[in-house]
Amino acid sequence: MAVRLLPGTDELPTELLWNLTLRELRSKFKRSALGWLWSIINPLANIAIYALVFGVFFKVEPPVGDPSGLHVYGFFLVCGLLPWTYLTNALSGATQSVTANEGLVKKVYFPRAVLPGASTLAWLASFGVELTVLGVVLLVAGNMIIPWIPVVLVLMALETAFVLGIGMLLAAFNSYFRDVQHFLAIALNIWFYSTPILYPPEQIPVHVKFAGLSIPMREILTLNPMAIFVDAYRDVLYDLRFPTVAQWLALVVVSLGSLVVGGLGFSRLEANLAEEL
Amino acid sequence: MPRPAIEVADVAKRFRLVHERNTSLKATVFNGFKRTVHEEFWALDGVSFDVPEGQTYGLIGHNGSGKSTLLKCMARIYRPNRGRIVTRGKLSALLELGAGFHPELSGRENVYLNGSILGMSKREIDRRFDGIVEFAGLEQFIDTPVKNYSSGMFVRLGFSVAITVEPDILLVDEVLAVGDESFQQRCMEKFADLRTSGRTVVIVSHSLDTVRSMCDGAAWLDHGNLMKEGDAHEVVSAYLESVSDDRRAHAKTDHSPDNEEAYGGWRLGAVRLLDATGQEVDVVRTGSPLTVRVEVDVPTDGRIAIGCGIYRTDGVHVSGPHTRLDTQGTGRRTIDFHIPRLVLAGGVYEMTIRVLDEHLQRTHTVRRRAARLDVTPVDDGDIGGVVALAGSWTIATPGK
Repeated sequence: MAVRLLPGTDELPTELLWNLTLRELRSKFKRSALGWLWSIINPLANIAIYALVFGVFFKVEPPVGDPSGLHVYGFFLVCGLLPWTYLTNALSGATQSVTANEGLVKKVYFPRAVLPGASTLAWLASFGVELTVLGVVLLVAGNMIIPWIPVVLVLMALETAFVLGIGMLLAAFNSYFRDVQHFLAIALNIWFYSTPILYPPEQIPVHVKFAGLSIPMREILTLNPMAIFVDAYRDVLYDLRFPTVAQWLALVVVSLGSLVVGGLGFSRLEANLAEEL
Repeated sequence: MPRPAIEVADVAKRFRLVHERNTSLKATVFNGFKRTVHEEFWALDGVSFDVPEGQTYGLIGHNGSGKSTLLKCMARIYRPNRGRIVTRGKLSALLELGAGFHPELSGRENVYLNGSILGMSKREIDRRFDGIVEFAGLEQFIDTPVKNYSSGMFVRLGFSVAITVEPDILLVDEVLAVGDESFQQRCMEKFADLRTSGRTVVIVSHSLDTVRSMCDGAAWLDHGNLMKEGDAHEVVSAYLESVSDDRRAHAKTDHSPDNEEAYGGWRLGAVRLLDATGQEVDVVRTGSPLTVRVEVDVPTDGRIAIGCGIYRTDGVHVSGPHTRLDTQGTGRRTIDFHIPRLVLAGGVYEMTIRVLDEHLQRTHTVRRRAARLDVTPVDDGDIGGVVALAGSWTIATPGK
């Protein structure tokens, strides 16, 4: 089976995509004693650190879940942190996907887009596992999230499109300039702290005075697509409510926009990848 | 005339010879956003020809002639800067065996992975899996991670997968020389199968023997230009001719004593090729007599061994006649090697003359490319291979 992604481009071989994804997954934890457990241990460690520093030391006050009534910083954090970790992992993975498969790109022809695609899908699988664990814990804590599963799946699909679009562009650029992968680490760090993950968005000052100007800080940060994603995930998982139409609209526009721009950009640069590597 | 399997129309490919490559942004900024300081060169410059359907087709030329670039353009790994390549049918390229094998994964997992990279569906691989493993001879090791494979096993598995794709067009780049004798034999049989089943095969090879024996057609490239294309024998002969012309242009230095490694006062004088009448020749017909006359300066009396190595210009060692002789004193000696009937097939050959002690332990003197022998075939039946058997053909008339 094969799917044509954009008119004029090659058919995207879904089977190849699937096999490369499996390769990523299988090789990720090969030769480690704990194997697949690492895909859970890593996020758990992160969660523990952030929860300790921001929940206990800094005493960040989580909002009360509406209508769920949940009031635990740890849950508030994780509902935002997991989608974020997915983004960072998937972007870093996609960025290096073409350069890491240099030997393949130079020796075999296949639609190059499967490389960032497979890398993203592999991280999507980890994300799915993480969300499942979170879901179970939320259920134990009394959040009845089962009816919300389809909504979460839609959010995951949208985020995947968003991440894949950016990832494809970065993958192509990184073949030309290896700086991209280093630059990405810094950019992701800045992006992380400007997204309300560790803190509720209400803690962002509405206006910040700088050099005599009043900067509408909160307005600016709501333009951050990841802020909208995190907000939507929290609506569903933490608050147990449906995101607003405005949120959905923004997410759909951002995701499809990213995918189209990334796809077109990639297909323009794709032809020369074998030479540039 | 069937439609060609591959049409190459005015294909040009430009590469940048990079002197200082900016793969960092900083360098780009400092160089005023010129990405690279480079020279351009055309690896292919307007090449056009057709590969007829069902033929095994060779691409030949010296290093840097553009033949591998052309193959990569056919495989769509490179996109030509000008012109276009039309291919008809499912295409598979054997540019590197086992490309995409993941060392940590088992042979089985890699077969599925590699198969899908080469464009096979899971069902197709399922059906052919046993055949692939059997052909590679890896039944025992198929569930072992490929990092534990020997390089031979690795390449065999890669070849088996690639050949199983059963493409309409197969592109092959110098990977024929893999594995041991018996595996090579099976590879050759597989290529023959492809050929008889009407598939088109394009081979880039340095081995003119391979091209001559396997290919129907061939194209000869030189510095990105097409020199000749068509019948494989004709193209290979023309190529060999030009190679030997090149050599002849350098012959002055080649035949000088500089080309000789001599020790302890031993020295070779002139090396001449003589025909039946004693005339010096450099073109000989297959089947005619030939004498190789060698002059040797002998510093010490005693027994020596002398040999004459005959090589084809592509390096194939054709023959190595040698003998032991008494020098009968010192000084200049003239030694003749008589060949009553030259059984070499048409082509260009070179001779290396070597003089050793009688126990073949020490070389007294050796001169490589001491003489060049241009053999013209008596008739077309003697083209190809290295020997002319001078046999005759008969057909039994039915009913008599």
